[in-house]
Amino acid sequence: MSITLSIIYLISTVTFVIGLKMLGHPETAKKGNIISAVGMIAAIIGTIFLHDFEVASINYILIGAALFVGSLIGWLIAMKVEMTKMPELVSLFNGFGGASAMLIGLVEYGNNTGDAMQTSTVIAAIIIGSITFTGSLVAFGKLNGSLNDVRLPKYNLINNILILGLIAFGAYIVMMGADSTLLIYVLLAVSLVYGLLFVFPIGGADMPVVISLLNSLTGIAAAITGILYGNMVMLVGGILVGSAGLILTFIMCDAMNRSLSNVIFGAFGGDSDAIAGTAGTSASGGTIKKTTASDSAILLNYASKVVIVPGYGLAVAQAQHVIHELELLLTEKGIDVSYAIHPVAGRMPGHMNVLLAESNVDYDKLIEMDDINPQFPNTDVVLVVGANDVVNPAAHNDPSSPIYGMPILDVENSKHIIVNKRTMNAGYAGIQNELFFNTKTSMLFGDAKSALTELVSELKNM
Amino acid sequence: MNELLEFISNNLELIYILILAIFIGVELIKNVPSVLHTPLMSGANALSGVVIVGALLVMLQADPNDYLALGLGFIAVVLGIINVVGGFAVTDRMLQMFKKKK
Repeated sequence: MSITLSIIYLISTVTFVIGLKMLGHPETAKKGNIISAVGMIAAIIGTIFLHDFEVASINYILIGAALFVGSLIGWLIAMKVEMTKMPELVSLFNGFGGASAMLIGLVEYGNNTGDAMQTSTVIAAIIIGSITFTGSLVAFGKLNGSLNDVRLPKYNLINNILILGLIAFGAYIVMMGADSTLLIYVLLAVSLVYGLLFVFPIGGADMPVVISLLNSLTGIAAAITGILYGNMVMLVGGILVGSAGLILTFIMCDAMNRSLSNVIFGAFGGDSDAIAGTAGTSASGGTIKKTTASDSAILLNYASKVVIVPGYGLAVAQAQHVIHELELLLTEKGIDVSYAIHPVAGRMPGHMNVLLAESNVDYDKLIEMDDINPQFPNTDVVLVVGANDVVNPAAHNDPSSPIYGMPILDVENSKHIIVNKRTMNAGYAGIQNELFFNTKTSMLFGDAKSALTELVSELKNM
Repeated sequence: MNELLEFISNNLELIYILILAIFIGVELIKNVPSVLHTPLMSGANALSGVVIVGALLVMLQADPNDYLALGLGFIAVVLGIINVVGGFAVTDRMLQMFKKKK
């Protein structure tokens, strides 16, 4: 490797660290992202032009074509994707990164010299790359709604045996001296299947954790290929992503009061027996109180402090802009309005913030859970739009509930609660919500967009 | 056991780098406000596209007659660059929205 290329890699590595650091602060985030991108481009261009291999021109043409096609696809996807689809997009890109590492592993297996260190890295790249690949595709399908939770009988046992078997099998190939193409294809196939089985049983509500975990795995796969080539920019870049992803995974687990193993092996959510009481009565026999847009408008009009709790349902109904209009209208009337953001609101960590930012909501108005909870007793009206599990009091007072112990937004401490939902169906986690039967709660049924639009026009007439 | 010790002594630098990089990653992310979790995740996702360097090395080293290596390398480069370009571009688009518009 030429010294110039080594220096470029060194600089790229530094831009990754600085870029990631800057991504952590709202003022510097945009610049940080660009700095990392520049470092990445330098590493790519440097690799192509400053190597010291003998390269046939056909290889160059193919590389150029691959870069062109891939850049175009990547750019188009990035520009077209709707912000509600961010979790799907991140899953998909994760899968691509994993697949890339897997393919590199496959090719390098053919070139290996039987060195144990080299073979183990190749095998690790294939295993982790393929698990990330198929696992991400399943996560993508689930977020997309095209795949349901599937649980084989004794799936935990099967999965554990499979992963232990994979590791043992990998070790066996290393010790055999690694010259069997057949074995490596078996290893590949089993890894791909494990990726499917690993994500399939995990419930929809746990997807934020799974995405972050898969993100971390892609980083680790990249780092392993870095070890293979003795390439520092790949190693450090990959490890940074790996450890950052792992920390985010734990932050998410904390926000739901679950352990990582509980998320992976617990697999709750979507159980049919948990969806009970979809009629108008709750388990404890309470009834729900319906309300209309005009009644809700009156309630809001005479409030002095209003808190909006947005959930994914808001985004699905494309009602972010209407909610912002409502917020401006109420603020004009001198009412103090803020948004309460639960750490796992939406389908991935921080997703709701992005969705509201897209409709120009000032991020000073977005209040995190720990800061807003003490404010609820002074709040006149809480407007819950398309959120469910994050305001479910069962998390506090029902030890049998699957979300028991999860920190929630304590909206039941406020004076009035208006809940906008389409139907009485259970939330994404598939569990019933006692909040809807609270005497302080009124239910405003209907599609978030039309219900809110009606609310706005009622308020304008007051 | 001896093999393990030998491995450690041969790769000491690598092990140092690995451990320090893990700590840097953890420290960088630990206190990020949840407002930024989504852009952070997609930004980190773009960084993991660094795997493309490996894919490029595969293609650069492939014998022009080794269609398997060239083919797999080609796909790896395409997937890697989609991850890189798409990841950075979408992160930028998201962060654009966070800018205060007054």
